[in-house]
Amino acid sequence: MYKAKVYITLRKSILDPKGKATLHALHSLGYNSIQEARIGKYIELNVEAANEDEANQLVKEASEKLLANMVMEDFTFELEKI
Amino acid sequence: MNFGVLVFPGSNCDHDAYHAAAHILGADTKFIWHKDTDLGNSDVIIVPGGFSYGDYLRSGAIAKYSPVMKSVIDFANKGGLVIGICNGMQILTEAQLVPGAMLHNEQLRFTCKQTYIKTKSNKTAFTSGLSVNEVLQIPIAHGEGNYFIDEDGLKSLQDNDQIIFTYCDSDGLETPEANPNGTLLNIAGVSNKQGNVLAMMPHPERAVEKQLGSDDGLKIFESILSFAR
Repeated sequence: MYKAKVYITLRKSILDPKGKATLHALHSLGYNSIQEARIGKYIELNVEAANEDEANQLVKEASEKLLANMVMEDFTFELEKI
Repeated sequence: MNFGVLVFPGSNCDHDAYHAAAHILGADTKFIWHKDTDLGNSDVIIVPGGFSYGDYLRSGAIAKYSPVMKSVIDFANKGGLVIGICNGMQILTEAQLVPGAMLHNEQLRFTCKQTYIKTKSNKTAFTSGLSVNEVLQIPIAHGEGNYFIDEDGLKSLQDNDQIIFTYCDSDGLETPEANPNGTLLNIAGVSNKQGNVLAMMPHPERAVEKQLGSDDGLKIFESILSFAR
């Protein structure tokens, strides 16, 4: 069994209004050294797979098909044997 | 001409769409449950507004893999008429029946108000009864209506006349003030290349009787009828 931690963010070229609103709030708290805030999604999956390659392939496919919208989002993930 | 109105858990404009097609147009109309795969004798499928599957993950993302959408995708690929309204547009972009994707409104607020939209192309079945540049008053009600497509995609949309409606003022000017959500080039509705699939954020089914504030939406439904004749 593997645990996949999938991180989904809006593509760099796309304005992230939630991130922007959060950055404004951080600045109003005085955290002026924070330059950028981008908000995404974090999804954990428990995956039954024979080996890491198989788990890797499966999570990649699921992310491309459903978890992320490839028109506007990017994703990365980490795998951990559990 | 037979209309089929899809019903997902969380759809909330399905009855409005049914009312417009069945009672105002007088067309044979039926509801089609999301677990059904048989579209029956439908000539036109309406993918209605609402919050299908609670908008979990992304609006429209879960609905695109529902059993009924498999049939709708086949139906559309064979040239069947499909119109997605609001959440319906979000579902059709997720399913890539029309290109692009829907981002959160720039102002991060759910926005519900009357808007004016300009007809950019009357080559689709849905706009065949309209003239180019004709302005319609149609309301919007959405939180994720900010249309996005990359530069190559936009060029392809423009080259193939796939931008069908844009937000404008009452004089038909596509001003930044008339843009309700930050959408690219004021885009309110796009079609697929073939023109048999239309996805739009404004709600024509909420503008089919004068007492609703506008009956301009009826022109879209009437276009569908007269196109088929």
